[in-house]
Amino acid sequence: MSFMNVVKQFEDFDFDAYFSSVTLSDIQQSLRRDHLEPYDLLNLLSELAQDVLEEMAQKAQQVTQQYFGRTIGMYAPLYISDYCSNHCTYCGFNCASDAKRLKLSIDQIEQEARVISDMGIRHILVLTGEAPAQTPMSYLKETVEVLKKYFSSIGIEMFPMDEDAYRQLKNAGVDSLTVYQETYDQKIYKQVHLKGKKADYQYRLLTPERGAKAGFRSVNIGPLFGLGEPGPEAFLAGLHAKYLEQTFPDVEVSLSLPRMTKAAGGIAPRYTLSDRRFVQFILAWRLFIPRLGISVSTRESAQFRDRLLNLGVTRYSAGSKTDVGGYALKDQEATPQFEVTDIRSVDEVSQMIRKNGFQPVFKDWEIF
Amino acid sequence: MIEKQKDALVLGDTEFKSRLFTGTGKFASRDFITPMLEASQSQMITVALRRVDSSEKGDNILDYIPKSVTLLPNTSGARTAQEAVRIARIAREAGCGNFIKIEVITDMQYLLPHNHETLLATEILAKEGFVVLPYMMPDITVAKQLYDAGAAAVMPLGSPIGTNRGLEMKPMIKMIIETSKIPVVVDAGIGRPSQAAEAMEMGADAVLVNTAIATSKDPILAGKAFAYAVKAGRMAYLSSMADEKNKASASSPLTGFLRK
Repeated sequence: MSFMNVVKQFEDFDFDAYFSSVTLSDIQQSLRRDHLEPYDLLNLLSELAQDVLEEMAQKAQQVTQQYFGRTIGMYAPLYISDYCSNHCTYCGFNCASDAKRLKLSIDQIEQEARVISDMGIRHILVLTGEAPAQTPMSYLKETVEVLKKYFSSIGIEMFPMDEDAYRQLKNAGVDSLTVYQETYDQKIYKQVHLKGKKADYQYRLLTPERGAKAGFRSVNIGPLFGLGEPGPEAFLAGLHAKYLEQTFPDVEVSLSLPRMTKAAGGIAPRYTLSDRRFVQFILAWRLFIPRLGISVSTRESAQFRDRLLNLGVTRYSAGSKTDVGGYALKDQEATPQFEVTDIRSVDEVSQMIRKNGFQPVFKDWEIF
Repeated sequence: MIEKQKDALVLGDTEFKSRLFTGTGKFASRDFITPMLEASQSQMITVALRRVDSSEKGDNILDYIPKSVTLLPNTSGARTAQEAVRIARIAREAGCGNFIKIEVITDMQYLLPHNHETLLATEILAKEGFVVLPYMMPDITVAKQLYDAGAAAVMPLGSPIGTNRGLEMKPMIKMIIETSKIPVVVDAGIGRPSQAAEAMEMGADAVLVNTAIATSKDPILAGKAFAYAVKAGRMAYLSSMADEKNKASASSPLTGFLRK
């Protein structure tokens, strides 16, 4: 049994028909329940549920504060290599792109780490493209060894690995894993991942499970909104998170909602996700999985992030640079993976969080 | 277990006048912690080691806790006894003192403690000289085993962490109170001062309250309210108030005229 079985159950499910059959009373019933079933999540994700968005928000806020209090976890990304052998049609890093490739040396990683740590960040998320030959296990372990001096939590968002590789990284000091399915729609997945290891839908889908088995204490997943139809994507992502929570009860599960904008890389998204739908998805997920972590990155604008604080989010990145060497090595001229929209400093974002009556939490883990 | 004259709670070598333990998590701002401690007169506060940043530039949560208040570092994040033991040792090395609240949780959905791993960690840490306060599912057998393992107190949960549902485990906790040779601190789930008072009336030696104080609109006032409730509950317990009865009992008994 794996999450692939769940995906298969919904392969022929007529989402459009279901969503258009949902009534307001179905939605209200789902909203009143303490323990939500998958069809409740569907009801709350329907277009019609936007009519009760405020009620969803009130309940979601209450649930979030019960479990997380008035706190927001803080982190920053660190891109160490943008070599990539995948061909994802929507990504500026893809192997067909002639962008200059960079990989940081261990010394350079330390320079970056020092700058990020001086900003106050204690939780770091390390990113690479998918090119294991460029970033072999030995290099990754050395990276972790250096980062341990500066950070109290190390997360990775790299290429999917097997369980043993994850176990090695876990033993080296990595505690959390981020991997996005990009799209849960198998047909679209095939169309947008032309080659490379990433073309294997199932291998990628089961990556969080391999990470959980290897012992990571937290796993962060999500679709990239823009590729598949948003409603079904949000639904399957929600089920995926729930599946992980129930299968690995000792793992903290979180979801992210990166969304493509028209501007990004000149590649137009098939579907755009409006702010209103974005918020609706967060709220629906929160009600479906009360303990769920929800991360929002600097892809989102400052004004929008300020408003999201009361709507169930639990983690923010801040001060982010999304290009290799972006923090300390200014002359590298690397290509950013995505344009940062919220360009405020860590201090500025923290001040905003405080001003809104929340506590930014920088350290919430200990490497032991 | 209780000396009525003095009525202080002793854990390890430390005497506590206040029977309200508090926590540092979930506050909208760390600036609430110091005035909350003052208002509640709490003399013991728990802090997750994972949140302690003792690096030079970090915002150290310990700086918000006056020296007169005893630190109760907890092992939040531990999923096994071994992890709890490692966290406890790090806490001691980081200067957090000798007290440790063992928290081993393997279920992130409900956040319930794992009694078996908790017991294993208690055995090890008590031998290493820690004052061990294990957070536990109220199970009378485990409470006894924790005592044998060297725990300084047991901390059964009232209801799941953060739920504010009060003493859902009341009958089980009552049995532990009736039989325990070490203090019983009701931890988790206490959402209102009345629930704290209820635990104290029942004979709990202390209560630990965090979420209810930290997430209230006015944590300072809430801290004070809990302080009063805990005191009132304690006094009620010490005064040996009459038990609840199922039927009314007349204040002028019918057989009162029959002299012995």
